[in-house]
Amino acid sequence: MKSKFAVFALITFGLLTWGLYAAMIGAPTEATMGPVQRIFYYHVPCAWVMLLCFPANFLASVAYLAKRNPLFDAFAVSTAEVGVVFCTIVLIQGPIWAKPVWGIWWTWDARLTSTLVLWLIYVSYLILRKFSTGGPNPVLSASLAIFGCVDAAFVWGAIRWFRTQHPQPVFGSGPNSGIDPRMLHAFFINLAAFTCLGILLVWLRFMLEQARQKVEEAHAMKALASPAKVAR
Amino acid sequence: MTFAATLKNTLAKDQRLEWRSKDAINSMLFFALLVVVIFSFSFDLSPEESRLIAGALVWVALLFAAVVALNQTWARELRNSVLDAYRIAPAPLESLFLAKTIGNFIFVGVLELVIAPLFVVFYNLRSIGPVYDLVIASVLGNWALVVNGTFFGAISIRTRSREVLLPLLLFPISIPALLAAVNATTNTLTGEGSVYLPLVFLAVYDVVFTTIGLFLFETVLQAE
Repeated sequence: MKSKFAVFALITFGLLTWGLYAAMIGAPTEATMGPVQRIFYYHVPCAWVMLLCFPANFLASVAYLAKRNPLFDAFAVSTAEVGVVFCTIVLIQGPIWAKPVWGIWWTWDARLTSTLVLWLIYVSYLILRKFSTGGPNPVLSASLAIFGCVDAAFVWGAIRWFRTQHPQPVFGSGPNSGIDPRMLHAFFINLAAFTCLGILLVWLRFMLEQARQKVEEAHAMKALASPAKVAR
Repeated sequence: MTFAATLKNTLAKDQRLEWRSKDAINSMLFFALLVVVIFSFSFDLSPEESRLIAGALVWVALLFAAVVALNQTWARELRNSVLDAYRIAPAPLESLFLAKTIGNFIFVGVLELVIAPLFVVFYNLRSIGPVYDLVIASVLGNWALVVNGTFFGAISIRTRSREVLLPLLLFPISIPALLAAVNATTNTLTGEGSVYLPLVFLAVYDVVFTTIGLFLFETVLQAE
């Protein structure tokens, strides 16, 4: 297990390095936006990892409620945490790019708003996990994850229909319109690299959570064996 | 006990307890009054401006005030281990959830009845659209708040921090319902835009979350 993890970590590191070179040196500078456009090579892959993590969290939560296997719970917490991290990165990168290109840090545009609400929902999920150490926490958090995921669909609709539409910022020629092949190359390497990084982080967090579960179990067994020490 | 009997008895018990002690309803009303007064001090509005933002203000005031009642829902059952008694009782737990939700719906409904005239007075409101749209919006929005609030109340009561946690869980989930309710209210008050779409949205939201709540409630209450 450990050697597999080390090999995978090396591959990820290699891909990230290659991606960094391709994005910063290999790809040409975009004509209208200038160097700031290079953030796309990181922004989109981060959003992609986030969109992989949250549905995975939902599936793991449903699986936990159905089977009550602690492995599913460990997977749920890992994907939620990594998802929130990447969602945070996306929310920070967005304004960095938007300020020079749109002239504003933030706009209540549908995609930005729904990403922010998604972030809020999953942060509340992590807070619930934090506050309920021990005891019934996996079941409670799995239920919240199901509510959160269903809610995400409503968030998507509500924001499109009920937010007053602000003037849409003009996008520069997006990555799909007559893009330089070197740009596409840099983009796909980074997409692969960040997918690997996401998997690597979830994997690491998953092993950590399993270790935590084992320690907790050992503590419980020890407490059962010597009742006098429980009070401590 | 059957589903209907449990529902009726729990609801009657909660109402009797609350209207005798008035713990939740008094603090909720006073809290909402404070929010209304503070908002009207903070903004100096013309009638047109107040029509535009009163919908948002009234729903924010309701959301904050409702938390007071929602926290009371389950905290009351901790005394004398009533919650544990519920868990071992051979009664359908879904009816307990439904009774608690209907109870909270009544409390927040009373709150709405008191708050609405206050808003009309303090903000010089006069609705341009039909008033029955406002009534439908308040009923559907109220249910959306309390059905999730009752469910998350049952979750937060099982954690270390209890009362603090409920708004942290409830508010993010309630954002879409709140947007729809505010949209319906503002569109009615200003007489512009569609009221139909947000009301249908709220109705769907209510049905979906009531179903998930009923479905998962037993799991949450029996969680070890």
